[in-house]
Amino acid sequence: MSSLPGARPDRPDASSPDGAGTGVQVGLRRLRAHVFTSTSPVWIFLALVVIVAVFGVMRPGQFLSSFDIKTIFINASVALMLSVGMTFVIITAGIDLSVGSVLVISGVLAAKVMIAVGGGAAHATTAGWGPILAGLAVGLVVGVGWGAFNGVLVALLEIPPLIVTLGSFGMALGLADVITGGVDVAGVPAKLNATIGSGQIGPFPWLVVIAAVVTAVLGLVLHLTRFGRYTYAIGSNAEAARRAGINVNWHLIKVYSLAGLLSGLGGILSLAYFTTTTISGHVTDNLTAISAVVIGGTSLFGGSGTMFGTVVGVFIPVVLASGLVIVGVQSFWQQVVIGAILILAVYFDQLRRRTRSRR
Amino acid sequence: MVSGNGEPILEAREIVKTFGHVQALRGANFSAYTGEVVALIGDNGAGKSTLIKAISGVARPDGGEILFEGRVVDIPSPSAAQSLGIETVYQDLSLAPDLDGAANIYLGRELVRPGLLGRLGVLDKHAMREGAVKAFSELGVAIEDPDATVAYLSGGQRQGVAVARSASWASKVIIMDEPTAALGVVQSARVLDVIRQVRERGLAVVLISHNMPEVLQVADRIEVLRLGRRVATIARADATLESLVGAMTGALELEEQP
Repeated sequence: MSSLPGARPDRPDASSPDGAGTGVQVGLRRLRAHVFTSTSPVWIFLALVVIVAVFGVMRPGQFLSSFDIKTIFINASVALMLSVGMTFVIITAGIDLSVGSVLVISGVLAAKVMIAVGGGAAHATTAGWGPILAGLAVGLVVGVGWGAFNGVLVALLEIPPLIVTLGSFGMALGLADVITGGVDVAGVPAKLNATIGSGQIGPFPWLVVIAAVVTAVLGLVLHLTRFGRYTYAIGSNAEAARRAGINVNWHLIKVYSLAGLLSGLGGILSLAYFTTTTISGHVTDNLTAISAVVIGGTSLFGGSGTMFGTVVGVFIPVVLASGLVIVGVQSFWQQVVIGAILILAVYFDQLRRRTRSRR
Repeated sequence: MVSGNGEPILEAREIVKTFGHVQALRGANFSAYTGEVVALIGDNGAGKSTLIKAISGVARPDGGEILFEGRVVDIPSPSAAQSLGIETVYQDLSLAPDLDGAANIYLGRELVRPGLLGRLGVLDKHAMREGAVKAFSELGVAIEDPDATVAYLSGGQRQGVAVARSASWASKVIIMDEPTAALGVVQSARVLDVIRQVRERGLAVVLISHNMPEVLQVADRIEVLRLGRRVATIARADATLESLVGAMTGALELEEQP
């Protein structure tokens, strides 16, 4: 202790009542801190490795075949987009229940625009890049718009995010139904599916490449930049951030807009893959994304979490679902297992908070 | 001690502040000199917090003037105070518990990498960590693991981070509102050491405290507020527990009232 910088030799024992103690104690405390730090997603990553290993051993030929791995990654892509945005939101101590609905309305409007610009339902399937890009742009803008709407209500009107996004969850889905009459919009340009939807760049599907690049970039933004630092600071102590001169409201609007943008991107990826909107298929997307983020070690109380954890949290349910089907177990078990893991993850977060507040 | 040399770096004259029917400050005076610890004491409701809020830009006074380095200044916001070189350590700490010490010290003033990366907002974590370690060691704040999140530090260490944060940015005046209120005996002693360190750097330290023995221990000069007015200015040499309590309660009036 006394050899460390900052320690003062004239009071060698002064630090003991602070709980610093001997080197061994410091080491133990640090180890304990790491084990209970839910920001270190080591445990949950190990769980994923175990799951993969078990299925790999049970059905080596099938589970580890490139087809199944590809399916797993494709299935994870859209969920990953929503979960990446959700990670930022939850780190600010917020929540976004609207992601699935924003995905739907972005997809619906993107499809409508592609068809309209592409010359109507009769010609749109053969349309080229012009209509496709117009539709993509609209989808992304709609996503950002909904996100910004959420952010303004949360930050400026100070309505709890749970309520704001529950409201916009219903509004976005309702509007999508109003626009479409509840019937999915099909007939988007075939080129969209041929490229983004099912095309490949080398051995990698477009969907997976887009999702991977977006996740990696935003992971770097979260962990290395000022934007990320402010996200953590606001979730940890918004008042401290405010007193430090951070424009908390503006930052929150940006974070919710980012979540909206990613929902819009998810809507586009989904539209490209299925070649139709899937209006009724995203009611529980919000819960899927929240589970993934929380399982990945991000605290619902804000202030801590990692992008890597979220990626692992997205893959665990997807891998479980694929694996259970392959080994011939009812895939409903996946929901049971994920529910249990979710509860466990939050329990560990509580333990972590308790250990630290005891000091 | 350099206290009392020449003109004060910070001076409040005849400050008036009213909240509804309550007159929190009725022409309060206050002064702080470079290189001294001045304690601001007073009973509950004497106006200490209000006076500090006026100086740190949190609440604007209704009357009177604030002089900084001899000039009349307007301090409309906390950032205006900060740009003058006045930093405040708030009673409730204002740290982000999930961030480490360096992140807290540089919160809102992050260092970024040079060049393109910096323009993209990429943080220079290494430089900030070094700066934090330097700030801690200069102030004698014992933090064995600068990467530990503040939540895992003890109360005294947390207070150390908060003080180091303010001391790192304050160039002229540092205001500490009850910095030891939540601390044990040993931790309080360490914070007092840190306060002395800050004074040795040539800053003016304004200490608000309820703890009279502590005030007698660390302050060079004591200003006493009562009912929204300064009623006494006492040099440490002349201060006793009795004189402080007497001035606070009104049994003893040392300053002529207008």
